[in-house]
Amino acid sequence: MRVHVDPEKCQGHNRCYALAPELFDVDDLGNASERNDGVVPEGLEDKARKAVANCPEYAISISE
Amino acid sequence: MTIQRARVDDWATDFDHTDPEWVADPYPIWQDLRARCPVAHSDRYGGTWLPVRHEDVSAVAYDTEHFTSRSVVVSEVRPGPDDLPAPIGVAPPITSDPPFHGLARRLLLPAFSPKRIQEYEPFTRALCTELLDATAGRTEVDAAIDYAQHIPLRVIVRMLGFPQEDADLFRRFIRMVLEDVDQSAEERQAQVEEGELDAYMDARIAEHMAEPQDDLTTFLLEAELDGQKLDPDHVRGTMVLLMIAGIDTTWSAIGASLWHLAQNPADRRRLAAEPDLMTTAVEEFLRAYAPVTMARLVAKDVDFNGRHMKEGDWLLLPFPAANRDPDFFPDADEVRLDRQENRHAAFGLGIHRCIGSNLARMELRVALEEWMKRYPDFELSEPERVTWSAGQVRGPRCVPVRIPGGS
Repeated sequence: MRVHVDPEKCQGHNRCYALAPELFDVDDLGNASERNDGVVPEGLEDKARKAVANCPEYAISISE
Repeated sequence: MTIQRARVDDWATDFDHTDPEWVADPYPIWQDLRARCPVAHSDRYGGTWLPVRHEDVSAVAYDTEHFTSRSVVVSEVRPGPDDLPAPIGVAPPITSDPPFHGLARRLLLPAFSPKRIQEYEPFTRALCTELLDATAGRTEVDAAIDYAQHIPLRVIVRMLGFPQEDADLFRRFIRMVLEDVDQSAEERQAQVEEGELDAYMDARIAEHMAEPQDDLTTFLLEAELDGQKLDPDHVRGTMVLLMIAGIDTTWSAIGASLWHLAQNPADRRRLAAEPDLMTTAVEEFLRAYAPVTMARLVAKDVDFNGRHMKEGDWLLLPFPAANRDPDFFPDADEVRLDRQENRHAAFGLGIHRCIGSNLARMELRVALEEWMKRYPDFELSEPERVTWSAGQVRGPRCVPVRIPGGS
């Protein structure tokens, strides 16, 4: 499983970073990006789905 | 002289966000409009529109071409020729449009990133403890007056590097700007001309210019846009914005969350027993009791949802209504502390996402954690004394609670 943050859509709500700091990081402007090329370590799949389901801007996607 | 407004009879054609019915409980009004309008219009304030569904609120928030942020507080006074024109506005970046908006915002963002905001958590926690200590031994505490209202006020005063004892002064300024929409144009104009707020800010700016500090005020004074220091009007406008946007908003969110817990013993017991629930609980309180309704001016004539909107019309942008849309949130009127899918719009949507959202979230979480640690058991003592602020920031100004046995 991989996660991806669309930088065009991300407005820096930081919901993903708050829910899954293992999968996402934020820069100095508060914009989010995926860690580790988006690869979701085993056991964190639920956190990845939760991050997707809480992004107000629909900026995060998952690919299997 | 304050204008005596006629009570609203039909919300679809004559709504008024300062009507006592809206102030007391706007949710049934929005639900009614969602079913039959869904975009309402009112001739009040010179002509105002009101979308209430999540999809409409979000469509307006994303459409910066037809809806300008030049003025974001609906009142009898529209920005006149003396005000700064778009795209800057009087309080950048909240009153700015693209492309200037992006520049003004990028400047501020580093001061509000999650990592920078963490630095204020110990101060916030100590402040909450101090406020709770002051209530020790009492069986009656006002969660809004004795607690919630002081937290964001004193945190922002600290961030700006102003004297803590000026906190009370700020409260008055905020009321003037946000809650006096009902005054006549002449009255507001007189207040603005007195320039009390501007004079205060100018004095603080002068102090910081003479002696730079490690705070937000100095950060703004030293910030550069296109290689140039900011215009003093820009600095002052932004400081006023931070002060106003940062205080009664979060105060409202903290107060509303405690008001909810004070009358929902099951939620209160659950949150006390499961502190890990706080992350989702905070977001759920923000969704259900989102304090902030924004506004836009129609920038150019546009057909929106079958309604013809004309340049210069006001449009209220009720994010709290979007957050209660049952087509977007299952059981939208129910508070579920463990809501798993919660794309709430309490901090807005699109390019104007609240720049202080990380600060607000931290303050709300810390305020609730410290309160729950001190008073896991409390209940609303006089529900009839709970009053809600009028205007575009909604929160309880009075939340009297009983603490069984004192602390």
